Amino acid sequence: MSHIVIDENRCKACYLCIKECPKNLIKVSDKTNNLGANIVEFCDPEHKCIGCAMCATRCPDLAITEVYRG
Amino acid sequence: MATQVFKIADTFRKDAKYTFCPGCDHGVAIRLVAEVLDELGLRDNAIVAAAIGCSVTIYDFLNIDALESPHGRAMAEATGIKRARPDKFVFTYQGDGDFASIGLAESMHAALRGEKLSAICINNTTYGMTGGQLGPTTLVGQVTTTSPTGRNLEYYGYPIKIAEHIALCDGTAFSARVSLDTVANIRKAKQAIKKAFEVQMKGLGFGFVEILSSCPTNWRMTPEQAHDRVRNEMMEVFKPGIYKDITEN
Repeated sequence: MSHIVIDENRCKACYLCIKECPKNLIKVSDKTNNLGANIVEFCDPEHKCIGCAMCATRCPDLAITEVYRG
Repeated sequence: MATQVFKIADTFRKDAKYTFCPGCDHGVAIRLVAEVLDELGLRDNAIVAAAIGCSVTIYDFLNIDALESPHGRAMAEATGIKRARPDKFVFTYQGDGDFASIGLAESMHAALRGEKLSAICINNTTYGMTGGQLGPTTLVGQVTTTSPTGRNLEYYGYPIKIAEHIALCDGTAFSARVSLDTVANIRKAKQAIKKAFEVQMKGLGFGFVEILSSCPTNWRMTPEQAHDRVRNEMMEVFKPGIYKDITEN
């Protein structure tokens, strides 16, 4: 099952990943991290993620640390 | 069974977290450098000459040997390292102010001498760390803290096109300009960095990559608006492309 892993404490809330996801699976969360930033979260209840790694390629802070495809 | 298609490069220090502003493309550029060092197997053999500016913090993030240079002198220092230890892989990671203003003489002469070095230059059209002053690559009309009415052509002249100038030097083996505004361009940027590193490994000459990057904080923009500016304004003046590649023929 394709999915991504987000390191919450690396996220600086630039939200560049949200626009990159072709399936719109990344959303702004209500949670804040230790920087006080409203982090992003991965919401994929219907398993739509294709593991393209566009979000991880775009993320300037390495907050998306792992991407799995298959 | 899911296969892993993305992971943090082994060259990247696992405990390190970027100290750049949100949306800054330095993070992408350093990640690409780390991935290329991994792929070319250079981690144990590489030395980076760090420059002054936001680019200086590269040694906090990469698990390789590093030396800090005075402002603009990274190419001179890298020349010394490479001549003393020709078996090592030596590269610099500099900003546009460091590479093309304060260090222009060092940079141009390293290319003219055909030093077996690689250089990465981040072009964000401003001095980022010191508060967004006018730099050598600031676009005509661009508002900065030291040009509040915009860069005046009569007074300041034209911005420097670094990749084209380096390509004119006979000692240059590879010179390219890439951008980080889209995912497709980030992937092209990685290929260019790889090429600039490979020409040094083969002993062909000087390898150079200019990376068009955003500076949302000093441009007073959101990260997304900053990438739009890279695409619509910077790439109109600084055309991406490969300006010299002696391995092509």
